[in-house]
Amino acid sequence: MKKLSIGAAVLLFSLPAGAALAAEGKELPERDWSFSGIFGQFDRGAMQRGLQVYREVCSGCHGLRFIAFRNLGALGYGEDEIKAIAAEYSIEDGPNEEGEMFERPGRPPDRFPSPFPNDKAAAANNNGAVPPDLSLIVKARTGGADYVHGLLTGYAEPPEGLEILEGQNYNLYFPGNVTAMAPPLFEDAVEYGDGTPATVERMAMDVATFLAWTAEPEMEERKSMGIGVMLFLLVFTGVLYAVKRKVWADLH
Amino acid sequence: MNGLTITALVKWVDHRLPIFSLLNEELNEYPTPRNLSYWWNFGSLAGIVLVIMIVTGIVLAMQYTPHVDYAFDSVERIMRDVNYGWLLRYIHMNGGSFFFALVYIHIFRGLYYGSYKEPRELLWILGVVLFLLMMATAFVGYVLPWGQMSYWAAKVITNMFSAVPLIGDYIVTWLWGGFTVGNPTLNRFYSFHYLLPFVIIGVVILHLWALHRFGSNNPLGIEAKGPQDKIPFHPYYTVKDAFGLGVFLVLFAAILFFAPNALGEPINYVEANPLVTPAHIVPEWYFLPYYAILRSVTFDIWFLSAKLIGVVLMFGSSLILFLMPWLDRSPVRSARFRPAYKMAFWVLVFDCVVLGWVGANPPEPPYLYIGQVATVWYFFHFLVLVPLLSLPALDRPKPLPVSIGEPVLKGGGAASAGAPAKPMEKAP
Amino acid sequence: MADSANPDLSGDGSGDGSGDGETRRDFLYLAAGAMGAVGTAFVTWPLIDSMNPAADVLALSSTEVDLSPIEEGMAITVIWRGNPVFVRHRTAAEIEVARAVPLDDLPDPQADADRVQKPEWLVMVGVCTHLGCIPIGQRPGERKGEFGGWFCPCHGSHYDTSGRIRKGPAPRNLDVPPYEFLDDTTIRIG
Repeated sequence: MKKLSIGAAVLLFSLPAGAALAAEGKELPERDWSFSGIFGQFDRGAMQRGLQVYREVCSGCHGLRFIAFRNLGALGYGEDEIKAIAAEYSIEDGPNEEGEMFERPGRPPDRFPSPFPNDKAAAANNNGAVPPDLSLIVKARTGGADYVHGLLTGYAEPPEGLEILEGQNYNLYFPGNVTAMAPPLFEDAVEYGDGTPATVERMAMDVATFLAWTAEPEMEERKSMGIGVMLFLLVFTGVLYAVKRKVWADLH
Repeated sequence: MNGLTITALVKWVDHRLPIFSLLNEELNEYPTPRNLSYWWNFGSLAGIVLVIMIVTGIVLAMQYTPHVDYAFDSVERIMRDVNYGWLLRYIHMNGGSFFFALVYIHIFRGLYYGSYKEPRELLWILGVVLFLLMMATAFVGYVLPWGQMSYWAAKVITNMFSAVPLIGDYIVTWLWGGFTVGNPTLNRFYSFHYLLPFVIIGVVILHLWALHRFGSNNPLGIEAKGPQDKIPFHPYYTVKDAFGLGVFLVLFAAILFFAPNALGEPINYVEANPLVTPAHIVPEWYFLPYYAILRSVTFDIWFLSAKLIGVVLMFGSSLILFLMPWLDRSPVRSARFRPAYKMAFWVLVFDCVVLGWVGANPPEPPYLYIGQVATVWYFFHFLVLVPLLSLPALDRPKPLPVSIGEPVLKGGGAASAGAPAKPMEKAP
Repeated sequence: MADSANPDLSGDGSGDGSGDGETRRDFLYLAAGAMGAVGTAFVTWPLIDSMNPAADVLALSSTEVDLSPIEEGMAITVIWRGNPVFVRHRTAAEIEVARAVPLDDLPDPQADADRVQKPEWLVMVGVCTHLGCIPIGQRPGERKGEFGGWFCPCHGSHYDTSGRIRKGPAPRNLDVPPYEFLDDTTIRIG
């Protein structure tokens, strides 16, 4: 019995673990995230600062197409603050009565506008590389938030003998180590409203927290529901086990 | 009074359509061997997961858009905007993985206890058909979110048919409905993904019908000799299955709520791009062993291309299960009484795990060589070892117990009286 | 996996005896049944709720309309929650007619003043309260029915200049959506 169950356990759990391929380059440093663990929640302050970093630094090249302004309520903003943020953006709408597309100020149901109208325009403006949309980036990269943080803080001098072309940059954690993205963060690249010193490390942590939320906005609800469901199932399974023993007892 | 009316109604219906009698006979009174272990829970568990998959799938289909321009976005809309959409989608997505885990255990249980042997050959064959249908359903379903891995899985798997001599390329073009995987492909995959589960339900009914013809096999592998060896399905096995379901749901919920993407590939959260193949493409974990077999063939043999052999071996690795009732001629069912077969069984389990591990790694040495050895062993097991170990001279069976009830009732061992047990083996 | 032929039931053998087990057994059955029922109910809700309007649909449930280009006697149709909303800049004569009708003559009595925030602006959902067709009468030249308002061509309901049902099978007046004036020339519906 034991052997068979060990076999099954190996079959069940060794495969997915083995499936994770080792990322190239240096090992990612793991950070202590507010949202990791089964009780982890997003740090609202970090999210708001991360939004600021996204808006002031990343959004020049990277879209956030799955996020609507109304979603920012999850960062702790009130309705009026959301409206104010939305209104700072110009959204293409239409066609109007004359059949023309027109620009209007953003409203809460609108999504963050992408910096380029399409991938070709994005490539043409970025040395042929398309800056990926960031909505899902934390879910779409091995390493998740650690990867985003590592990438943002991982720019370094290339090792001896490695030729880096014009417009390319050496990064410790980018797969293949050569990226078209110039180092986006530098000391005090933004001025935080809450007075937090804008170090590169702080900004990278904040924007990675923000992007962890954009990738999994359901996470907090999922975890809290999960705890309830687990407790219920454990008790229920215990009761079922007791019933099973009772029923089978008269067979012996 | 209320109860009376219902009883009368039930009688009225049952007289004309004996569905209540059928349910009573097959689910309530149905005589089941009294010694089934927890390894016999996995069939009904898989059935329950099938229902969960169909129910969540139907609701998800109400929100999904099968079009290359909208599929990815519609899945994200399910995750973000639809009420409980994330829950339904994660149940469906992880349910697929758990479904395979359950069915793999169910299959290996059958292999261990000789559940495929006379008179249950057809029951086994229907099970293999279910397994193949399930793989097809999982494959087309994986394409629907239209992520990078969806797209390239579709492309690679469909391209396997190009290995068919002469008409291979036509078949592939026909499968695609175009010159590559595109919108027609996505649409037909969606159609199949909705259709196949109902075909599975149909075959499950046949599977159960065949099962109930002779009843369940059991850990001893001997037939029940009389009523004392059997107990009614309800309440004994309903409650045991319910407890097993509880344990399963705890494990499922743990993954579902706390690591819903642990079994998937991050790159599938990047929308499909027909112009860029991801650096490492790997199938879902449950297909990794087949993937390893496919990639193990790197050389032509005679006029047969490596591609063709790889594809044939890959499909053959599942199809070979059809032959199991005839490859294994041993009259003893349970591996408990077959020391050498038992060992071979565990080596096969290990071999499959190795194949899965190789499948997750790049196709280069040393993985390549390990995969080749494991592939050879896989087929050696079924085609050579199993037939050979059917011979009593090579795998001398231990004495079988006299009946199911005896050791249970007496609480003694197999050869309880210490007497040289009379072999239960029948004719062949 | 022990080599003995002992079936795997052995662990269950050490069950409790009978005696006072009776009540405990009933309690266990009841607890298991109740928890199963509660669990099933909780599982059913997400399936049902997923078919309710999603967050993005609800978020679009307000529409802003600029009234300045609509001249007196003209009307426009805007879309709110996927349905047409009639916005009509009524003439003094139309307002007069609407106000003059005795409430007793109406199948669904409602004063004109209760249907508008500013008398010259009539805002209402342009969906016939009978079976959901779109009444005509918005454009100049379209048939406006016997009461000079709107006419539903599907089943012949006539609405007056206040959008009230006057004749035909429709049971209610055309619905007035929630709306507010953001300023003199802008309203937000929803």
